[in-house]
Amino acid sequence: MPKIKMPKSSPSIDMTPMVDLAFLLVTFFMLAASIRPSDPVDVDIPTSISDMAIPANVVLVTVDAGGRVFFKMSDPEAKRELITSMMGKYSSLKLTEKQVEEFTLMETFGCTIGELPEYLDLSTDERRQFNTPGIPYLDSTKNQLKDWIDFGNRAAVNSGRTAYEVAQMDGLNPDPKDFVPKFILRVDSKTLYANAQKVIDVFRELDLNNLNFITSLEMAPM
Amino acid sequence: MAEIAEGGGGGGHDKGKKRAKKSSTKVDMTPMVDLAFLLLTFFVLTTTFAKPKVMSLVYPAKLTDEELAKIEPTKINNAITFLLTEDKIYYYEDEFFPIGNKQGEPPTELKETNFSPDGVRALLAKGNKYVIQEKERLEKLVESKQMVDSIFTKKMIEAKQNKKALKVLIKTDDKATCKNFIDLVDELKIADIGMIAPVDILKSELDLLKAKSK
Repeated sequence: MPKIKMPKSSPSIDMTPMVDLAFLLVTFFMLAASIRPSDPVDVDIPTSISDMAIPANVVLVTVDAGGRVFFKMSDPEAKRELITSMMGKYSSLKLTEKQVEEFTLMETFGCTIGELPEYLDLSTDERRQFNTPGIPYLDSTKNQLKDWIDFGNRAAVNSGRTAYEVAQMDGLNPDPKDFVPKFILRVDSKTLYANAQKVIDVFRELDLNNLNFITSLEMAPM
Repeated sequence: MAEIAEGGGGGGHDKGKKRAKKSSTKVDMTPMVDLAFLLLTFFVLTTTFAKPKVMSLVYPAKLTDEELAKIEPTKINNAITFLLTEDKIYYYEDEFFPIGNKQGEPPTELKETNFSPDGVRALLAKGNKYVIQEKERLEKLVESKQMVDSIFTKKMIEAKQNKKALKVLIKTDDKATCKNFIDLVDELKIADIGMIAPVDILKSELDLLKAKSK
């Protein structure tokens, strides 16, 4: 019996569902990626093989390539306590309730105490353009950075203690070390080490010697 | 009724009017799928790698002037001091003897090194033999199940703090960048150095650095 040859037709797949799927996945990842709050300064961080993750309760000081210093703290309640202490020490600093609220929500910031009320009223983009020398730290008699770090540390310790007690009451058996603030320095690759060292000296004067540097991950050598 | 004319012979009805050849509108979706998956891969990769990490470094405590005066200078052995300047790394081993020193030792000369595998890494491997041998010994014990991982970590920390382990001091001048500093500390951590101390530079060392950079 002669074999009947089926006419060869090239199979054509309708690609439409695959395109739908691909765009769905793209949209998912675009939305799921958390939006990083934009900083007033861009820093090109150096690399290292260290793979420790950034802890939650942090006091972060950024030093950019020009030697300007910026400050950031993670907990809004601690920031409220911080700004209250700063207003207590610097009598020239007077902020409205709205500005205090803005301070507790703001991420990285860097300006002198005198510029702070004006700085708080600006939008995020305007803050990037704002011409500021950063937080002063070079003058040992008027070291504003030292006060920010000192009061910030106390505020973070207090808020950490409250969080620890809450966790204890919830029966989670927490580790006290997780609730102590960690001090992190974010430096640009091109920052002169001399400037970073002056900032480190401010930490050391307050007897905070356990410091960390922010680095991006690089492959460990074989 | 409109009809999609096929091929080239559809112009029969309209006399005199030349109907444009209408070919079937089928778009090949393959490049669009390629593009979509490319975008997808891009987002998957960029969101994971954006997370920065931290590198910890413990600094020596700041001593008051009275405490500094009480410290007797102990003989430094088994230590390397690195001096960082703009783009170069110099080092010397053990103690520093300035030109014309009282002990009558020959003045210390600065040697140059770099971040290549036969630079800093080779230097540290040579000096830190004690820790490297201890690590091999302990790793063998862990592999043969005679030691637990937690004890291994504790023993490694002890080994790194031991007197026989290599100590590293880091000194910088005005022109040193943070990139070099952090790269150096990273190399030290790779080489299992436990005692890292960033300290102030002495004037005689600064003079030597200036002389080298001329």
